[in-house]
Amino acid sequence: MAAPKLPPLPVILLANDLLEGEVVFRTRAGWTRDPRAALVVHDTEGAERLDTEAKAAMARNEVVDAYLVDVALDADGLPVPRHFRERFKISGPSNRPDLGKQAEYAVPGKR
Amino acid sequence: MYRYDEFDEAFVRERVAQFRDQVARRLDGSLAEDEFRPLRLKNGLYLQLHAYMLRVAIPYGTLRAAQLRQLARIAEEYDRGYGHITTRQNIQFNWPKLKDVPDILGLLADVEMHAIQTSGNCIRNVTADHFAGVAADEIEDPRPLAELIRQWSSAHPEFSYLPRKFKIAVTGAAEDRAAVRVHDIGIRIVRHPASGEVGYEILVGGGLGRTPMIAKVVREFLPKGDLLAYLEALMRVYNLEGRRDNKYKARVKILVHEIGIEEFRARVEAEFARLDGPSINADPAEQARIAAYFAAPAYENLLPESGTFEAARAANPDFAAFVEANTFPHRVPGYAALTISLKPIGGAPGDITADQMRVVADLAERYSFDEARATHIQNLVLPHVRKADLFAVWKALVAADLATANAGLITDIIACPGLDYCALATARSIPIAQAISTRFADPVRQREIGPLPIKISGCINACGHHHVGAIGILGLEKSGKESYQITLGGDPGEKAALGDILGPGLSADEVPDAIERIVARYLDTRESGESFSDAVRRLGPAAFKSALAKEVHDAA
Repeated sequence: MAAPKLPPLPVILLANDLLEGEVVFRTRAGWTRDPRAALVVHDTEGAERLDTEAKAAMARNEVVDAYLVDVALDADGLPVPRHFRERFKISGPSNRPDLGKQAEYAVPGKR
Repeated sequence: MYRYDEFDEAFVRERVAQFRDQVARRLDGSLAEDEFRPLRLKNGLYLQLHAYMLRVAIPYGTLRAAQLRQLARIAEEYDRGYGHITTRQNIQFNWPKLKDVPDILGLLADVEMHAIQTSGNCIRNVTADHFAGVAADEIEDPRPLAELIRQWSSAHPEFSYLPRKFKIAVTGAAEDRAAVRVHDIGIRIVRHPASGEVGYEILVGGGLGRTPMIAKVVREFLPKGDLLAYLEALMRVYNLEGRRDNKYKARVKILVHEIGIEEFRARVEAEFARLDGPSINADPAEQARIAAYFAAPAYENLLPESGTFEAARAANPDFAAFVEANTFPHRVPGYAALTISLKPIGGAPGDITADQMRVVADLAERYSFDEARATHIQNLVLPHVRKADLFAVWKALVAADLATANAGLITDIIACPGLDYCALATARSIPIAQAISTRFADPVRQREIGPLPIKISGCINACGHHHVGAIGILGLEKSGKESYQITLGGDPGEKAALGDILGPGLSADEVPDAIERIVARYLDTRESGESFSDAVRRLGPAAFKSALAKEVHDAA
């Protein structure tokens, strides 16, 4: 089997929690709801491990729709997805700042 | 309105129990996501960007107060206090938790509602003219027809795995408010030109999405009694010959386009002739049973005009403006149908809070024979309000922030959820609608511009009907940014037309200025009494190109 095509580095792994649907981020220890706590991986081997973990976590029925997202680092070194789609995904509806992660966390990349 | 019989009730309860079991098996790991996904989609449950999303069916858009109150309860207890009215007259909840969905479906079943066939490759919720039973230009209320199709198509074993989703719309009126020509099947109730008999004109192969097409007439006149056999023949031709190798070419419009309407018609007629009609068609007693549920309410004998109404209108300009924009003539003297706009200035089109649902429920119960409607334009309607009660209703709506006087005007914008919620979207829709709405907030100016339906989609799938917007806006991604393509001249009605692309894509910031320039061009060139759509038809979209071009030039 050919190696999976990975996005440009660095990357984070995000997914939706199976039970609740909320967006979650992979850390070294498990999953977090806090976008600031996402594990940022800078090397190919690490990204491949994360990709393997994505499939394993879906197989374990912890999460759904897990995939790697390429990020830039903000001034505080926190990951900001390069694509606007994932910037919305880790933040919440742009017309409703009272809903989604932006209501709870200082989401990286969010003014 | 239709009420469940014991079979409907048992069927819906059984589905809730099945889904409860399916969710339990998903959570304990017996079902993998690939196995579970088609099951949840059969029950209207999607996974979107931030959360799951539950789409609840509102058959042909008709609701009663108890149902609205239950939707309010679900919004409050299981969601974030609001719902979103869709362009298929349904309602979506944006934040349900998977583990709660069986309970939500149970609450829906308690008020004869469900989320069955609001997704998946099956026959979806049948939509109807939102002024059904009200409009003076109507031959017959199309909702008994819609209900018959709903019953026939619900869990129909032969049509549960179609090549692709299938949408049907019905109208009984001369003016097409149901967009029947951009549906897989559109049905118009018509009179036979020679005999005067009431029957159906059947249109097929319309649709929006990445390959928009206007439907073609496949049967000019179908006797009423033959409806289900004819639909079965048509669906069978599609089911057998529609493409399954490419989902982008799987809708019936592609089949009709590829083999031609004459060949398609011939195949349907051949199948229709082979079918045993009497074993398929609904028997007249069953049709009468369904129709009885849609009998006209007990209207009072009223004078056409109401003195108290006229006095209130004369004394209160805001009320007068509301009446002018948001009431629709009722066929019964002394009554009006009233549109409750879910398009407040700067708001998200179609969103309604739980409290607002309860206000509408109370008003429906007290003033509109316990009936409200959801429209494909993402508004609500109180279909039967006495003119003498309009002022009281308006005051209650004002108190609930539901009295925006903009039905049909430039701020009455259709917009899909777009990238603020939807996993498929390529760009946001809601903020574009908000920016345009804010730009054209002045009610005097809106009235001066007149009817101008703007429709916005956040991707090529066209849930926001942009192809048939007088001004259509399509959000795409271009070089890592959101980019918006403007189309002009679309029309969802009896003069159905697809809009023409006006020029290169714009950034989100440029869109309101571009709309402003297009509107200015219209105001400069319109003839007396000429609507925006008529002016575009007369002048052609090209006449507006330079209005957009200037915008692009300025931005460069």
